[in-house]
Amino acid sequence: MSIIEARGLARTFKSRKRTVHAVRGVDLTVEDGEIVGFLGPNGAGKTTTLRMLTTLLRPTAGTAVVAGADLLRDPLGVRKRIGFVPQAIGQTQGGTDDQCLVIEELMDQGAAYRIPKAETARRASALIKQLDLGGLDQRLVKTLSGGQRRRLEVAVGLVHQPPLVFLDEPTTGLDPQSRSNMWEHITRLRSDLGTTVVLTTHYLEEADALCDRVFIIDNGVTVAVGTPDELKRRISGDVVTLRVNGAIERARGLLTAQPIVQQVTVADEELRLTVERGEEALPALLRVLDGAGITMRAISVARPTLDDVFLTLTGRSLRDDSPSGDGGDGGDDGSGETELAGAGAGAGSKE
Amino acid sequence: MYFLYDTMVIFRRQVRLILREPAFLTFALLQPILYLVLFGPLLKNLPLNGGSEPSGTAEAYRFFVPGLLIQLALFGSTFVGFAIISEWRAGVIERFRVTPISRVSILAGRVLRDVVALTLQSVVLILAGVAFGLRAPLAAILLSFPFVICVAIGLASVSYAVALLLKSEDSFAPLINSVVVPLLLLSGVMLPLNLGPGWLQGIARVSPFRYIIDAMRQFYLGQYWNTLVIEGVCVAIGVAIVCMWLGSRVFVRENA
Repeated sequence: MSIIEARGLARTFKSRKRTVHAVRGVDLTVEDGEIVGFLGPNGAGKTTTLRMLTTLLRPTAGTAVVAGADLLRDPLGVRKRIGFVPQAIGQTQGGTDDQCLVIEELMDQGAAYRIPKAETARRASALIKQLDLGGLDQRLVKTLSGGQRRRLEVAVGLVHQPPLVFLDEPTTGLDPQSRSNMWEHITRLRSDLGTTVVLTTHYLEEADALCDRVFIIDNGVTVAVGTPDELKRRISGDVVTLRVNGAIERARGLLTAQPIVQQVTVADEELRLTVERGEEALPALLRVLDGAGITMRAISVARPTLDDVFLTLTGRSLRDDSPSGDGGDGGDDGSGETELAGAGAGAGSKE
Repeated sequence: MYFLYDTMVIFRRQVRLILREPAFLTFALLQPILYLVLFGPLLKNLPLNGGSEPSGTAEAYRFFVPGLLIQLALFGSTFVGFAIISEWRAGVIERFRVTPISRVSILAGRVLRDVVALTLQSVVLILAGVAFGLRAPLAAILLSFPFVICVAIGLASVSYAVALLLKSEDSFAPLINSVVVPLLLLSGVMLPLNLGPGWLQGIARVSPFRYIIDAMRQFYLGQYWNTLVIEGVCVAIGVAIVCMWLGSRVFVRENA
């Protein structure tokens, strides 16, 4: 029995005269004990999907069964069985209060689940140990480092020992060391407790290193699902990246005409080609450009990454996306999912 | 019924948070105490209850203290919304909304904290009033608390709800100011409204607090049963119930 089974989950926000389709219909199945990642740029609909699955936002269409409870008919049942760690970037932070002590946050969370005090205290001290927060229980939250605070927020989401936990951008804003440390903790959640983990991320490395399966989400729909390896295998061959001096469109035309080149995309003034056996193909490609009088500034060959998968599927690079996500950079289509979520919780919706 | 248990969970958390910054509670008292000390003495020489004779110290404070109690409740309760904006920004509100805790309790626990805080502040204000020459029946003084509590429940509920809808201090502050100041002026806190022209007395009828203050003043004069009292009691209960209901609607919204 799958722990999450969602069909056609969609959310539309109406703000003034505009209708924004934040999520256009997501189907997903998550099995017990999986670590699953939603990968996509800011504004793709990852957070909105997560907010629907955690009962924070009512879907405008679709159905879902989450941890054995029907999302629409029994939201309280869902809440009892899931853990949720909000994202700690953009408009809102990760759910802990500056003025609380570490231990108070854990005890209050236990009380919110109506767990007896003694039992919460026992679990809190276990979590403090498990998440390397030893000796910090009497510290004010505001005095914690970024990594410590994020680990506390994860601990808070686990006090009631949920079989399923949602982590919204668990490592965004953390330094690389804290990030890989967090990955270990998340991996151990599954290996030690059998917890199913659903997380959102826009870090490719994170999806690659941590997730059993990745849902690539863009523009409110799931564009691909699979293990990181399966997804990368969809791109047969290597990725050759070229920077040319001007004439980028002419170069593109020439290269597209080469039979060994499977695909050409342009992003960020760069040409990215998908080529079988990249190293061997390189001299031939160089000769073509040289013959046309196009000079090159840089060249590289790499095995495909999830970013290349994303680029192939959507024509855009995930790396263009700034991690800050505090609006402003939203442009015309996205305007940032935190912002969209805010609009929904704000004046727009009428239940 | 977990409602009471849940409300107490939130109440305890909020009490703990406010005790960590107790300066805030003292600060809220500063304004009415200043009015008591610096404005109260001016009232002695005014004919507060019709007539043309100056009313004297005891009369002045019997008139002024009920008004100040409502002023304290009005300011103290409408500004509580600021705190929930920063809690929302910290992600705390959403964190609790994903737990099984009753979503009305998320509001009710906070309102209960504010009611307790305001009751304590009112005790201090009344004691200060007595020190300055307030003389009123004990029953009247005790009966002013239900009024203050009703106003606090109503205004704090609405304040939290509006703040949670706006999610921005920059739009919340001007909104509150533009609502509270006219309400206060139209409630006859400082001076009796019957000193004013007819049109002013007319529009003052829209301020619910005017009826509440009038009823409290009747108590302080030893009158416990007349039209003014009945009107005041009904308005106070009405304000508390309607506002709490409106506030709860916002907190359970999106209750998928």
